[in-house]
Amino acid sequence: MLDATSDNRLPNRVGVGYKPQHYMDIIQGTGPLGWLEIHAENYMGAGGRPIAQLRQLAEKFPISVHGVGLSIGAEGALDRDHLARLKHLCDWLDPASFSEHLAWSTHDSHFLNDLLPLPYTQRTLARVADHIDQVQEVIGRKMLLENPSSYLAFAESDMEETAFLAELAARTGCGLLLDVNNVFVSATNLKTSPQAYIDAFPLHAVGEMHLGGHDEDADETGAPLLIDSHGKAVVDPVWALLDYTLAKSGPKPLLIEWDNDVPAWPVLADELTRADGALALA
Amino acid sequence: MIVTQTQFRQSLLDPAQAAPAGLTNPDGAQASKRFDVYRNNVAVSLADALESAFPVLRKLVGDEFFRAMAGVYLRKHPPTSPLMMFYGEKMPQFLQRFEPAKSLPYLPDIARLELALRQAYHAADAAPIDGQSLAALSPDRLMATKFKFAPSTQVISADFPIFGIYLANTAAQAPRPEMRAEALLITRPSFDPQQHLLTDAAAACISALMDGNSLGVAMSSAGNDLDLGATLGLLLGQGAITTLT
Repeated sequence: MLDATSDNRLPNRVGVGYKPQHYMDIIQGTGPLGWLEIHAENYMGAGGRPIAQLRQLAEKFPISVHGVGLSIGAEGALDRDHLARLKHLCDWLDPASFSEHLAWSTHDSHFLNDLLPLPYTQRTLARVADHIDQVQEVIGRKMLLENPSSYLAFAESDMEETAFLAELAARTGCGLLLDVNNVFVSATNLKTSPQAYIDAFPLHAVGEMHLGGHDEDADETGAPLLIDSHGKAVVDPVWALLDYTLAKSGPKPLLIEWDNDVPAWPVLADELTRADGALALA
Repeated sequence: MIVTQTQFRQSLLDPAQAAPAGLTNPDGAQASKRFDVYRNNVAVSLADALESAFPVLRKLVGDEFFRAMAGVYLRKHPPTSPLMMFYGEKMPQFLQRFEPAKSLPYLPDIARLELALRQAYHAADAAPIDGQSLAALSPDRLMATKFKFAPSTQVISADFPIFGIYLANTAAQAPRPEMRAEALLITRPSFDPQQHLLTDAAAACISALMDGNSLGVAMSSAGNDLDLGATLGLLLGQGAITTLT
């Protein structure tokens, strides 16, 4: 039923979120690295070093284009200029995958540079499905949609996030990007079970998985509040949740994300080795 | 209880407001600190984007001042596009009217320079002409020639020594900036933008050429102080000229 697989050519290997400071390590490197993910918006300039580097990298690795600014969950219409920029990037690069987030970031043409949450209702489901249809039509390929990190809940929500994502995949034919760290962060923050989330997740639609680090804080009542910071190593309970997930899903393209306080390459290489070990057991 | 994105955004950008009703903790109570996570993400990520866009500005005013100024800027001018690499485009105009920065009147020009360098960094690639094609022209033909420039090429003129101030804050053992007006040329021969201090005459000549005038017209607007050989040598050497017409 899902045809996102034909537009998703990422190998079932480990990948890393590309940072320019690791260019030489990656170009010259060996090891388990099988593909790279870039943030689409960083490659929307007209030329210069970023584009030249990306062309070089694309000769050596399958590339996943991961958008962080499309605002698919917005109440308003999608930004047509931004959609056109995404289409241009996907046209010349022909990436192995394109993904975006179940979130919003633009409202009244102001971009807020964060992945903001939306309630899960029939009304928001219809709107997000329309936006995904529009994206897929403009870029001419199926996309993957990523589950968010949640810090709070909406009183108006009347659907589970897993059912919401499953219904979106069924209506639009999009695939899903399962961020295992986000599952752990959301479940801890909302006091639900991360394993139950995985059990309810439509794993057949998953075209990619993410792993990253988070920060630990507490809310005003002292309850744990985890923050999806992408600035640390992946913690053991998230590795365990990955193993739990892979045992059910089988091997998937698996990404290590480290976007803030980016470490030297050997630190990331260690994370990749551990992720590669987890994939080998799946 | 429905929370609109208009309400969400208003509360995000105004720390004095409570989180919108309808956002809850897992126990069902009104969210407060949990909403602050989003508030913090927005403010910190936008201030970080401004820091990476304006490193010299930040050095000139200090970290604490810069962060406070960024907090005012990002609420007055939230991004209007998801391309964060171009965020901060209103910084020169903002600084002109930003009272706490009035004692450093050269800040808007430094912001303009840093924006121009970033624009040059991301500008489209362009193949330069070879110097021979200019040398091959007869003097009459040369004077009638118009140039097209690589998209990274820019001339910036300021009432302050922007080149000297920039250098003094980025290079070791740079000389102390002299108080004077300065003009400079920005080029990008490969991937890294370059800055070149221009004489007034060279700045006038290159600006006139960039406006689409012929070399003859550009030379007369530059006046007698123009060193034509040096000016053309600079443009050719930097790969700034892409077409002759």
